[in-house]
Amino acid sequence: MGYNPDKPMDGRISDLGPPHYEQFFPPVIKANKGKWLWHEITQPGVLMHKSETGDEVYSIRCGTARLVSIEYIREVCDIADEFCDGYLRFTTRNNVEFMVDSKEKVQPLLDNLASRGNKFPVGGTGAGVTNIVHTQGWVHCHTPATDASGVVKAVMDELFDYFTSMTLPAQVRIALACCLNMCGAVHASDIAILGVHRKPPMIDHTRITGVCELPLAIASCPLGAVKPAKATVDGKEIKTVQVNVDRCMFCGNCYTMCPAMPLADPEGDGIAILVGGKVSNRISHPKFSKLVIPFLPNTTPRWPETVAAVKKILEAYAADANKYERLGDWAERIGWEKFFEKCDIPFTDKSIDDYRLAYDTWRTTTQFKYTSHIK
Amino acid sequence: MAKHETPLLDQLETGPWPSFVTDLKRQAATKPECWDILGILELSYKDRITHWKHGGIVGVFGYGGGIVGRYADMPKQFPGVEHFHTIRVAQPSSKYYSTANLRQLMDLWEKHGSGMTNFHGSTGDIILLGTRTENLEPFFWDLTHDMGQDLGGSGSNLRTPANCIGHSRCEWSCYDTEEACYHLTQHYQDEIHRPAFPYKFKFKFSGCPNDCVAAIARSDVSVIGTWRDEIRIDQAAVKEYVAGNYPPNGGSHSGKDWGKFDIQKEVIDLCPTDCMWMEGGELKIDDTECTRCMHCINVMPRALRPGADQGASICVGAKAPILDGAQFSTLIVPFMKVEKENEFEELIEFIESIWDWWMEVGKNRERVGETMQRVGLPTFLKVMGIEPIPQHVKEPRSNPYVFWKEEEVEGGFERDVEEFRRKHAA
Ligand code: HEM
Ligand code: HEM
Ligand code: HEM
Ligand code: HEM
Ligand code: SF4
Ligand code: SF4
Ligand code: SF4
Ligand code: SF4
Repeated sequence: MGYNPDKPMDGRISDLGPPHYEQFFPPVIKANKGKWLWHEITQPGVLMHKSETGDEVYSIRCGTARLVSIEYIREVCDIADEFCDGYLRFTTRNNVEFMVDSKEKVQPLLDNLASRGNKFPVGGTGAGVTNIVHTQGWVHCHTPATDASGVVKAVMDELFDYFTSMTLPAQVRIALACCLNMCGAVHASDIAILGVHRKPPMIDHTRITGVCELPLAIASCPLGAVKPAKATVDGKEIKTVQVNVDRCMFCGNCYTMCPAMPLADPEGDGIAILVGGKVSNRISHPKFSKLVIPFLPNTTPRWPETVAAVKKILEAYAADANKYERLGDWAERIGWEKFFEKCDIPFTDKSIDDYRLAYDTWRTTTQFKYTSHIK
Repeated sequence: MAKHETPLLDQLETGPWPSFVTDLKRQAATKPECWDILGILELSYKDRITHWKHGGIVGVFGYGGGIVGRYADMPKQFPGVEHFHTIRVAQPSSKYYSTANLRQLMDLWEKHGSGMTNFHGSTGDIILLGTRTENLEPFFWDLTHDMGQDLGGSGSNLRTPANCIGHSRCEWSCYDTEEACYHLTQHYQDEIHRPAFPYKFKFKFSGCPNDCVAAIARSDVSVIGTWRDEIRIDQAAVKEYVAGNYPPNGGSHSGKDWGKFDIQKEVIDLCPTDCMWMEGGELKIDDTECTRCMHCINVMPRALRPGADQGASICVGAKAPILDGAQFSTLIVPFMKVEKENEFEELIEFIESIWDWWMEVGKNRERVGETMQRVGLPTFLKVMGIEPIPQHVKEPRSNPYVFWKEEEVEGGFERDVEEFRRKHAA
């Protein structure tokens, strides 16, 4: 018995939802849920949680590529079967965690992970750089302005020592989105890598009638740059759209709605860097990330300009910020003019907001610091 | 044997971070279609544009979402990815797994799909990356019949909810995020599988204001744990910290010498409300001034714990930039009990009053955060039946463009200019 295409609704099961989480708890988690008293990071990548029952659980966190094969998942299962009674979990930043219920079981597991080459790097805890939350890129999406997996690999190779150590003032969250739909966490990360376009969409008049609902394409534009228009195709007048190029800021949302408006371009597309966002409420409120580098090229396969920019910002922050200060807290304390100076980033008009509530971001005070920008 | 030359991608096999290219190549040994994934990606690296066609509408009978259709724009050259649809599979709360469950799912994916996955999508789903249209129903059959598992959400509906690890392995969780996430996911299966909303809608559940699942930035309804009584202080443990016997912040800064722990500098002076002080060797907190930012608790996990009267703050409306700019969620209910005992009744009632209203007034592809902006927070609170309180704003408005309803003003809006003129000649 299996799926019968002639009777598709026969025997169909639906609305099951996810499996109940409790069946996947390691025994020590099941026994101590809700009873945890405190935790400690015993070394980079290893957490210990202490329960009021006296029980302990050690969690060993490893980086993953997120885009992984079934062979990789099976290898994860082999490890969990050998060391963790057949249980494991993944984190909200796509690291994998193996849990054991005593200190003695930690080192053998670490040794085994180390024996597997670079597949299971241990780290991602405390004041370091953990995994990069990222998106589909050229592996699966149709609207990206850059790749995801490749850029992430290039950046993490360069920042690898920060993954396996805890030397920063606070944790640094890096995120990547390959277009400004920002699937993920780019708008609220310490350092954000964002795919951007710089050319307006082309309009495929020969196909638009068949594939687009024109009012949807028109309504999709945040700046009202898409207007109804007429064009002649094969001697016949058709309804289509036109883009007011002066109003277009290349967001690509019209293409999301209308396949006849592609805008990807090898020279036009690339990466913008935003910094200073956070989601936690610790000391300061959650913050949006802010655009500090408007464009870096898509230099495949290792994006050296992007890697260098991220590293430079990270190191300027590491050298200057106070303990517990997130990157955004630091930039706001020293002032953005100092941020640009200390990170050695040229300031351009592209970092000045000109969208709707832009005025709130201009400097309506005489308080500023003299930096190299004032000649 | 390599089916395509991949000189650019090969350069991503070096370096210390796990290489997705090496992994894809390993999988290609048993799943030759992985060569075509590498091949088409290599072409994208060369051309520096995507090679996936726009959109693609596929699915399984009975559901309006769960699968993202995708077709390669060069199917002849890369037949293995001619169809390359992504299936979203509902993940268990906190993403705990047994190897038995994962192995079974991997076997199914070996049978029906490309052999590649994302663990996990940013909304939370297990992402099975790449299969043909004709495999979708057989896969779904096996998933539901053999594994008792279901698809996640996509489209204009409730997306797959997700939560932080909560009670299962965190001492700070102020409610059971796993149970809340599971319960609401089951409760709203219909809303997840059959798009009935103006646009997408997401829930996320964090156990405390550290917000490890980034609820305030990534969900339309953000449920963030908190408490309303006093922070629990263990003064003996405070002394251990002061003496340098316990590492600050659980040892998270141990890779660098930050000097001896200084409770004044690292805790008291950094409290955003300045509500802590030392007195006779004891740490004091004026809890009425505390905004529960978590800083002191994060620094001294063995000495300080959230209060015992726990619940959650409910914030609404976060979204990414399209269309009107990025939004964080806005505080709507400062404190709500979130409990399994009453089956999350209060939260469910709250969510449904948002939906009742938004499904009617929300425009096509308008996130609830944008609808709130369009009508204004006062109107939103009114439709939700919630009294406005100072906690709803960061600061009062500074412009005087205040709307009054006619019934709020003595004598109403109907006036006679003739009568006005009797006292005030033109
Ligand atoms: C063009 C097609 C698109 C594709 C292929 C795509 C793909 C994805 C995927 C795979 C995820 C993770 C899903 C999961 O975990 O279940 C995701 C999440 C997300 N998508 Fe998209 N997406 C698309 C369009 C959009 C659009 C148009 C927007 C916004 C206007 C958007 C905003 C988001 C956001 C904000 C998230 C993350 C939510 C979170 O952090 O939980 N996406 N997308
Ligand atoms: C030239 C002048 C104006 C134009 C072109 C204009 C245009 C618009 C447009 C296009 C909307 C959007 C409707 C929607 O998204 O549902 C809107 C909504 C609104 N406008 Fe105006 N408007 C103008 C002046 C004003 C003035 C002077 C006021 C008040 C003093 C005002 C108050 C509002 C309000 C309260 C809404 C929200 C209505 C709702 O969403 O329920 N508008 N307006
Ligand atoms: C006939 C009309 C008005 C007169 C005669 C008037 C007069 C004044 C005077 C004498 C000051 C003090 C300036 C100083 O500190 O030396 C002042 C301040 C101010 N006025 Fe007016 N005003 C008028 C209308 C308005 C209106 C319509 C607004 C706003 C819509 C306004 C907003 C302000 C503000 C914000 C300040 C404080 C400026 C500051 O010190 O930062 N005024 N006004
Ligand atoms: C029939 C309508 C109005 C009349 C007859 C009127 C008349 C005047 C007069 C005579 C002055 C003094 C000019 C001077 O010092 O030389 C003045 C100043 C001013 N008015 Fe009006 N006004 C009117 C409407 C408004 C409105 C609607 C606003 C704002 C919303 C406004 C804002 C101001 C401000 C800001 C000043 C300047 C205050 C200062 O900086 O000295 N006025 N107005
Ligand atoms: S960020 Fe944009 S390009 Fe990347 S996966 Fe999301 S929608 Fe696609
Ligand atoms: S790319 Fe964006 S700004 Fe440009 S026309 Fe399309 S929707 Fe408008
Ligand atoms: S959000 Fe709070 S309760 Fe949840 S895992 Fe993070 S610190 Fe723990
Ligand atoms: S939780 Fe934050 S606001 Fe409250 S006492 Fe601690 S540091 Fe101060």
